[in-house]
Amino acid sequence: MTKIKHHLTDALLMGYAAGTLPEAFNLVVATHISMCDDCRAALAEFDAVGGEVMMATDAADLAEDSLAATLDKIANAPAAPKVRPRESGVFPTPLQDYVNGDLSAVKWRKIGGGVSQAVLPTSKDATVRLLHIPAGTAVPDHGHRGTELTLVLQGAFVDETDRFGAGDVEVANEDLNHTPVAEPGMDCICLAATDAPLRFNGLMPRIVQRFVGI
Amino acid sequence: MGLYGPDQARQSGAAGTKRLNQTDTSKRMMWVAHVVAIRDRQDREAFAELFAHFAPRVKSFLMKSGTSPDMAEECAQDVMVTLWRKAAMFDPAKASVSTWIFTIARNRRIDILRKQRRPEPEDLPWGPEAEPDQADALALQQETSKLGAALAELPEKQRTLIEKAYFGDLSHSEIAEQTGLPLGTIKSRIRLALERLRHVMK
Repeated sequence: MTKIKHHLTDALLMGYAAGTLPEAFNLVVATHISMCDDCRAALAEFDAVGGEVMMATDAADLAEDSLAATLDKIANAPAAPKVRPRESGVFPTPLQDYVNGDLSAVKWRKIGGGVSQAVLPTSKDATVRLLHIPAGTAVPDHGHRGTELTLVLQGAFVDETDRFGAGDVEVANEDLNHTPVAEPGMDCICLAATDAPLRFNGLMPRIVQRFVGI
Repeated sequence: MGLYGPDQARQSGAAGTKRLNQTDTSKRMMWVAHVVAIRDRQDREAFAELFAHFAPRVKSFLMKSGTSPDMAEECAQDVMVTLWRKAAMFDPAKASVSTWIFTIARNRRIDILRKQRRPEPEDLPWGPEAEPDQADALALQQETSKLGAALAELPEKQRTLIEKAYFGDLSHSEIAEQTGLPLGTIKSRIRLALERLRHVMK
């Protein structure tokens, strides 16, 4: 794999470690970390900060029978569920868990201009979708009301800011209006999460948007 | 606070901090040994010691995150049950016991309070050695000790914001609303705090 150039921000890593991000963002973060050793190491540090914050709290009083109750639960606990084995493929395991399989299991819906999407089920505070952008095709020019994370899983896209290849994540906010174009040669598959609806700049995409729910 | 205040304080405290780190590191290595004892021989005494130390702090952490005392008690017990059941998954070359328990407590909080799934990164493929190297484990425990000490020494304003970020179930903009501080101030204080913490981790 080519070297990953675009990483998660500290705010996202810290939010993921603290457990304060919407589920849709957590999925993008977990998928990127599965592909990126640098961010995996950075996350370990943010988790460690959480551990030390927890250890610095004043100890709360436990219920009188707390230890006995816990040992009881241990004695009666069912065996740990088997971890689902990784299917070899394009998607890291956290994404496979949401798709229930790899790339071939995705149920694509066309959203116009040759682009297809599949919205994945998460909590409602943000949304996450897979995007399939044919090689050489542009995603309509759009701005953002909130934060948008776009992680490349296969192929690459180029926008006004830079080139994004497999493993790269683009963190966009209100200030960015961009037109991502998939590089020629290979179709681009992305995982994109947003905490606000995208704002398309043309009339047609806006009408389409109402029907496809992005 | 004078111009040289913080640096002077740090220098005079350096020897004391070093001693503290050694004790703290050996305590961390003892906790690691307890988890191994649970893994290898279901050692209840080791578990009771871990329980006495960690369960009250897990409960406190959950209560500060907005969980009711009863729910926090229940969850703290569940977290310790998970520790017992997953003892074989713990890798002291990758995490201190405090870090590991924090991640279990955090996931439990997401599960209970937000009723959400928690996507986790793919596990790294197992290397040829199943047993982590003792030297790696010691180095990691030492680093975490330093981190804990550095967190305690952060300027109050910075430390409070870091705590809020981890306890409060709050995003940066929600912290801004709650504290009345501008978002830019919060971000720069957190950035400064992280720079200090990273400096000691190197």
